[in-house]
Amino acid sequence: MHKALVTMGAALLLTASPAAAQNKSVKIGFVSTFSGPTAVIGNNMRDSFELALDHLGRKMGGLPVEVIYEDDQQKPDVGKQKTDKLIESDHVDFIVGYIWSNVLLASIKPAVDSKTFLITANAGPHEIAGELCSPYIFSTSWQNDQTPQAMGLYMNQKGVKSVFLIGPNYAAGKDMLAGVASTFKGKIVGQELTTWPSQLDFSAELAKAKAANPDAIFVFYPGKAGVQFLSQYAQAGLKGKIPLYTAFTIDELSLPLQKDLALGVPGAQEWVNDLPNEANKRFVADFIKKYPGKKPSFYGAQSYDAAMLIASAVTAVKGDLSDKEAVRKALERADFKSVRGKFRFGNNHIPIQDFYLQDVVKDANGDYVLKTVTTIVKDSQDNFHDKCPMK
Amino acid sequence: MTLLVEQCLNGLQFGLLLFLLAAGLTLVFGIMDLVNLAHGSLYMLGAYFAATFAAWTGSFVLGALLALGATLLVGMAVEVVAMRRLYGRDHLDHVLGTFGLILFFDEAVRLLWGPEGLSLPLPPWLNTAVQILPGIYYSSYRLAIIVVTLAVAAFLYVLVMRTRIGMLIRAGASNREMVGALGVNIKLLYTLIFGLGAALAGLAGLMQAPILTVQIGMGENILILAFVITVIGGIGSIRGALVAALFVGFIDTLGRAFFPDLLRMALSTAAASTAAPALSSMLIYLLMAVVLVFKPEGLFSTGNK
Repeated sequence: MHKALVTMGAALLLTASPAAAQNKSVKIGFVSTFSGPTAVIGNNMRDSFELALDHLGRKMGGLPVEVIYEDDQQKPDVGKQKTDKLIESDHVDFIVGYIWSNVLLASIKPAVDSKTFLITANAGPHEIAGELCSPYIFSTSWQNDQTPQAMGLYMNQKGVKSVFLIGPNYAAGKDMLAGVASTFKGKIVGQELTTWPSQLDFSAELAKAKAANPDAIFVFYPGKAGVQFLSQYAQAGLKGKIPLYTAFTIDELSLPLQKDLALGVPGAQEWVNDLPNEANKRFVADFIKKYPGKKPSFYGAQSYDAAMLIASAVTAVKGDLSDKEAVRKALERADFKSVRGKFRFGNNHIPIQDFYLQDVVKDANGDYVLKTVTTIVKDSQDNFHDKCPMK
Repeated sequence: MTLLVEQCLNGLQFGLLLFLLAAGLTLVFGIMDLVNLAHGSLYMLGAYFAATFAAWTGSFVLGALLALGATLLVGMAVEVVAMRRLYGRDHLDHVLGTFGLILFFDEAVRLLWGPEGLSLPLPPWLNTAVQILPGIYYSSYRLAIIVVTLAVAAFLYVLVMRTRIGMLIRAGASNREMVGALGVNIKLLYTLIFGLGAALAGLAGLMQAPILTVQIGMGENILILAFVITVIGGIGSIRGALVAALFVGFIDTLGRAFFPDLLRMALSTAAASTAAPALSSMLIYLLMAVVLVFKPEGLFSTGNK
């Protein structure tokens, strides 16, 4: 009994001491998927984050930066475990990453409870924009509904009268389909959610879409599933018959496998590699230089922005990360050069930003590349910011 | 009506594809009494070989044929190098040993082909839909899968029921000791059966490749279904594997296709579309539970277990 008390006391001392000491480095935890079929995405995020650190001279506000990468295996329980570990045993100052909305939703509580700043570089479940918004949660991506909302608007412009929606059955999939439905003016003739991430054969869903005979099909399938969907869509003989509209289904990481199948399939996105601003030109050129044979993607751009956002805040508070209130205010100012041009936060810490129409083309070398066609919507803000108590 | 026909074809295609995997698994399990978790790795290898050979030769069909041969050889090599050490040992040893093989193959593939995965593009004549009945179009590639798997099923039937090797296989499935006592070269027979099972898994993998793309660990999800089929059909019975695979294929596809609509009649649309995918993926396991309650040996038990 006595021994146990001593151990507990020692443990308390141990956990208490780092907070008392002045910061000697900036510790960042990075949670993403680094194994399994979607590891390509996590690696791209890590590559971009590392590139940002190179650009920052590996220092933020004069302090050296230490990054601890953790693999969430695309599983919510593992993601939460890794987040807990980063907070409780590594005592990180910031946590970045999160591709998957369901993983993020499982991981926000430990971050908020411990007042550790969490910056999601991709996932944008509606909860964190609305009722679960927090002074400690920021996003350098979007709220899930926003990108498909832009696609809905584009379908209106194209005169689409009816659409069939297909997406995966998890937090982001449901948000995405709700997003299209909120801006699309025509009729939604059917909606299918598929088991995620295990179901890869979409024959039953495609057959139903075909039978419903809509003007268009909208899908959201991130990662490899996007490749599988496009192949099966072509094999079902739908290419050229029922046009496809997408969100997060075609990107630089899936394109090398999708090839011709992606030609002529429009997508909406807040970042495209050809955005004409200086920060982006530097990001894209240096990425290709540092990682030959690889391409920057929107996942990477958001991670790059996350690093720059953190650096701007650490610099603003002159490396004193103990004053959480000051750090939060500095983060809210978003005083950094984003690769998507202008960047500002709404009251709920979700960016207010433009969304573009992107298209796939073959460049002079015969490579498949994405390019910006037009701006679909300017200064889009998510629909949930009213529900967020922060003003 | 059109939809029903199409969904039935989807179910048939999926079921037949599962049959290829389950046939190899059930043969190996039934005759050698070996639990082979690495069966899914052979499925993955078939897909990787096909994507590589198709890119080299520029022909999908030629690539597929070469991949089939390559998986057969790999299967036989695995049997000689690794599986022989496991016969006659506890099932737990099999599970551990073959799980090790999964890790080995996944890592080997990562070293050889990289972590990104490959795609196996279809030739234009397979990448369209054909009219099968007036007004009903169906993916020509999925139709080709149905034709090929039916041909393989017929080949297996002839092999097992009408040839001398088949006689030995059947004899081995019902009484291994007796076959060995009668002077049959059991070692060679085992190598051949394992190679055949590997080739069937490889064929399933390479045929799935254009639909699902080629990636590390692609065999692990589908392996569970193959085991379910083996259990439902009765361990060691190819006929059982065929019947159970068709059951599973139909239940899975038709469940996904029509279950959400049924559920929507009872629940709100939002609740139904969320619950339906989860519930319909449970149907297969419900089927297995029901079969196990009434026929613990499986539908077509070979009788010696």
